Amino acid sequence: MGEHFKPENPDQILDAVQWALAEGRAFDVFGGRTKQGYGRPTLATDNLDLSAVSGIDLYEPGELVMSAKAATPLADINAALADNRQRLAFEAPNWGPLFGAKDQSGTIGALFVCNMAGSRRIQAGAARDHILGFHAISGRGEHFKSGGRVVKNVTGFDLSKLMAGSFGTLAVLCDVTFKVLPVPEKARTVLVLGDDPKMATAAMTVALQSPFDVSGAAHLPAGVAAMSGVSYVSGGTSGVTAIRVEGPGPSVEFRAQALRQMLAEFGETEELHSVNTAKLWQEIRDVSYFVEGDSQVWRLSVPPSEGADVAGRLTESTGGQTFFDWGGGLIWLAMPPRPDAAHEEVRAAIGAAGGHATLFRASPDVRAAVPVFQPQPAPLADLASRIKNSFDPKGVFNPGRMYEGS
Amino acid sequence: MEMPKPDAGVISRRAAIITDLARLVPGDNIITDEDELRAYECDGLSAYRQLPLIVVLPETTAQVVAILKYCQDEGVKIVPRGSGTSLSGGALPLADAITLGMGKFNRVLEIDYENRCVVVQPGVTNKAITDTVEHNGFYYAPDPSSRIACSIGGNIAENAGGMHCLKYGLTTNNVLGVEMVLTSGEVIRLGGKHMESEGYDLLGLITGSEGLLGVITEITVRILQKPASARAVLLGFASSEAGGATVGAIIADGIIPGGMEMMDKLAVNAMEDFVHSGYPRDAEAVLIVELDGPEVEVDYLVGRVEAIARDNGAISVRISKDEAERKMFWAGRMSAFPSVGRISPDYFCMDGTIPRGQLPTVLSRMAELSKHYGLRVANVFHAGDGNLHPLILYDANNPGELEKTEEFGADILRLCVEVGGVLTGEHGVGVEKRDLMCTMFSEDDLKQQQRVKCAFDPDALLNPGKVYPTLHRCAELGRVHVHDGQLRFPDIPRF
Repeated sequence: MGEHFKPENPDQILDAVQWALAEGRAFDVFGGRTKQGYGRPTLATDNLDLSAVSGIDLYEPGELVMSAKAATPLADINAALADNRQRLAFEAPNWGPLFGAKDQSGTIGALFVCNMAGSRRIQAGAARDHILGFHAISGRGEHFKSGGRVVKNVTGFDLSKLMAGSFGTLAVLCDVTFKVLPVPEKARTVLVLGDDPKMATAAMTVALQSPFDVSGAAHLPAGVAAMSGVSYVSGGTSGVTAIRVEGPGPSVEFRAQALRQMLAEFGETEELHSVNTAKLWQEIRDVSYFVEGDSQVWRLSVPPSEGADVAGRLTESTGGQTFFDWGGGLIWLAMPPRPDAAHEEVRAAIGAAGGHATLFRASPDVRAAVPVFQPQPAPLADLASRIKNSFDPKGVFNPGRMYEGS
Repeated sequence: MEMPKPDAGVISRRAAIITDLARLVPGDNIITDEDELRAYECDGLSAYRQLPLIVVLPETTAQVVAILKYCQDEGVKIVPRGSGTSLSGGALPLADAITLGMGKFNRVLEIDYENRCVVVQPGVTNKAITDTVEHNGFYYAPDPSSRIACSIGGNIAENAGGMHCLKYGLTTNNVLGVEMVLTSGEVIRLGGKHMESEGYDLLGLITGSEGLLGVITEITVRILQKPASARAVLLGFASSEAGGATVGAIIADGIIPGGMEMMDKLAVNAMEDFVHSGYPRDAEAVLIVELDGPEVEVDYLVGRVEAIARDNGAISVRISKDEAERKMFWAGRMSAFPSVGRISPDYFCMDGTIPRGQLPTVLSRMAELSKHYGLRVANVFHAGDGNLHPLILYDANNPGELEKTEEFGADILRLCVEVGGVLTGEHGVGVEKRDLMCTMFSEDDLKQQQRVKCAFDPDALLNPGKVYPTLHRCAELGRVHVHDGQLRFPDIPRF
């Protein structure tokens, strides 16, 4: 039975890390514990529970900036932002339910260290595009910080980017500073009905090439669309391609109309107003369609134009179900569980066009046996290992979470 | 400014190094003649000059690999260089280093409208990317003011910004992938046409790394469709406070303009003397707010911005009626540097960023400093994101005036850090702000950054003497200090 530390401030985190260094121990680092299923199971002996390191430290709506302690619940952040008609522009997903944590939305720290992004990725980027600075404790037992609280900043290496997507393997985040943006006045979604994934990709491409500042472009095949809680989406018998626009009222009305005309050649069109728009994109963002059941879930990032072909190959080789986001650039696959999670078939499906696949949901034994993250060529894998080493040479944080053995 | 002591051994082997490199890089791609080397002795920060040991101009990734491998084997330092427009001395040569000029990597490799990206070599200029796709209505969003000359490789090295980054992001938000050569000669590819590079975000790390981590040989950037229309609102204020308050109120109202630029009276009058944009000469602060998007959106937002400006005491309001007038409003601001160049023999361009609300404090403290040093300062300001460009006016022919200017500049940057801002918003640290890094970072902060450099370049051969004030050996940085023996954590709650 390992130790369970629950530090309340950065100095206590530092003490815990120095204890681990002195004793040769390693930590499973977590905040809200909603994403323990994301990544490989760690080989840690002890727990570093950050849930007490919580609270918003700074929020200046006029400067579009917020700082919060690492384990501040996302729900608290969202509530504070909503009071000022602002939001996290990258559309933070709530993957808690997908990983079996039904009522929790996770913490701000996890949002950044897992570099999460929703459908607005195509317009506003991911968590990594909005992090401005942070303070952390390295695996050397040292406080360090990088970045600041302003958007324009090129002072020194941008270690914030490294923290984003590091799954807690480099350092323990104490607090994070990030950019926030106003909530647009209005949102509309144009639906195009039709099953052909190539036609859907073509429709999304036309929309994304238009000057109408599309903030979401997804395609749900008929089987997935049927699971939607939005009747316009589930009611038809066909697949649905959804294009979202957001912004000032008159502009949104105009752009939605223009897109409907532009996309009419691809199939019958429909329009969702604000409430249904919010509902549909929340489902897509949170991968709600794949929450129930015991399917294994993969997440693939590919060039948008390749999405339809890759998805076709995936369905064929795994017998699974897919849907697209990011104009075809993000593929979600749910497949019947297999001990090898079909990882070779899934990665072969990416083909020569480039991209990567992450085994997003599977049982711990499968995630321990299968490369969860895309295997990298030797020079890159070696470099990643040297970077891990530069922050955490003794492997104190989340050993094995990203890469086998480190 | 003290640079690392040149390695006399390397300098004495110059002839042999030239012979060896000539074997690796055929043709007339090695510059050794002093007169020709002179063209490379400085970048955009011309106050600092140094002749490079040799200049090498490779044309292929294979040649870059061969050069870097050779340099690592022989312990020769490398200074990578794009177009040499850095304003912080990022491409300043070293006496014992080869300057690796990437200018011959000048081809656009692929235009992919379906995936909305362009694949280019690093020597292609920023503007050339837009020129290549403009006929189809697309453009590359980051637009530093040197965009005609600066290379996209240099833009990545510096994480270049520009007037439009408030709405459309910096270089780091617009790069999808790179091919890069490490000092070991290994070639890595990060990202590509897909969104999100896999594993650790090395693409984000190398963007803004000022040539200290590797040499980029290929780049994929995303392109955007141009907004259907744009209009500019030209506002005059009786005080910089009123201008600053207007900027805050526009953002608080939920509007993110395509561009939002502020200038002070000295800058405005210098610009008016030069290009006649019609700026109100009597205003203490002039603000240009550009709204872009469909016409219906632009009309709607222009009305709101106008109302906000009047509420905040604007003394003059003009709204561009057509494209010609919009361009005229911008012409003055676009010519900020040459305009100021006409009213002073020399100027020194600073680049701090501050939390926007601190603007009045910073401007009044800067006015005091200006009096103290007896040097005038003109201010241009990317108002939306708090990035200040104070231009200190001086005359290098007056003995001691450059040094005084540098001290004044350093005081301004310390002030930016003191109010919660940073040393550099978009120009980079280079050599210019290197020795000020300790005002913003602790020793441990800087050591952690340098450990990351060690992961890429263990022998510290790439661009030494830039960014970090103290060079530590990687072996020394690698040690872990374990506080064993007495454990001192009685306070942490344990279960």
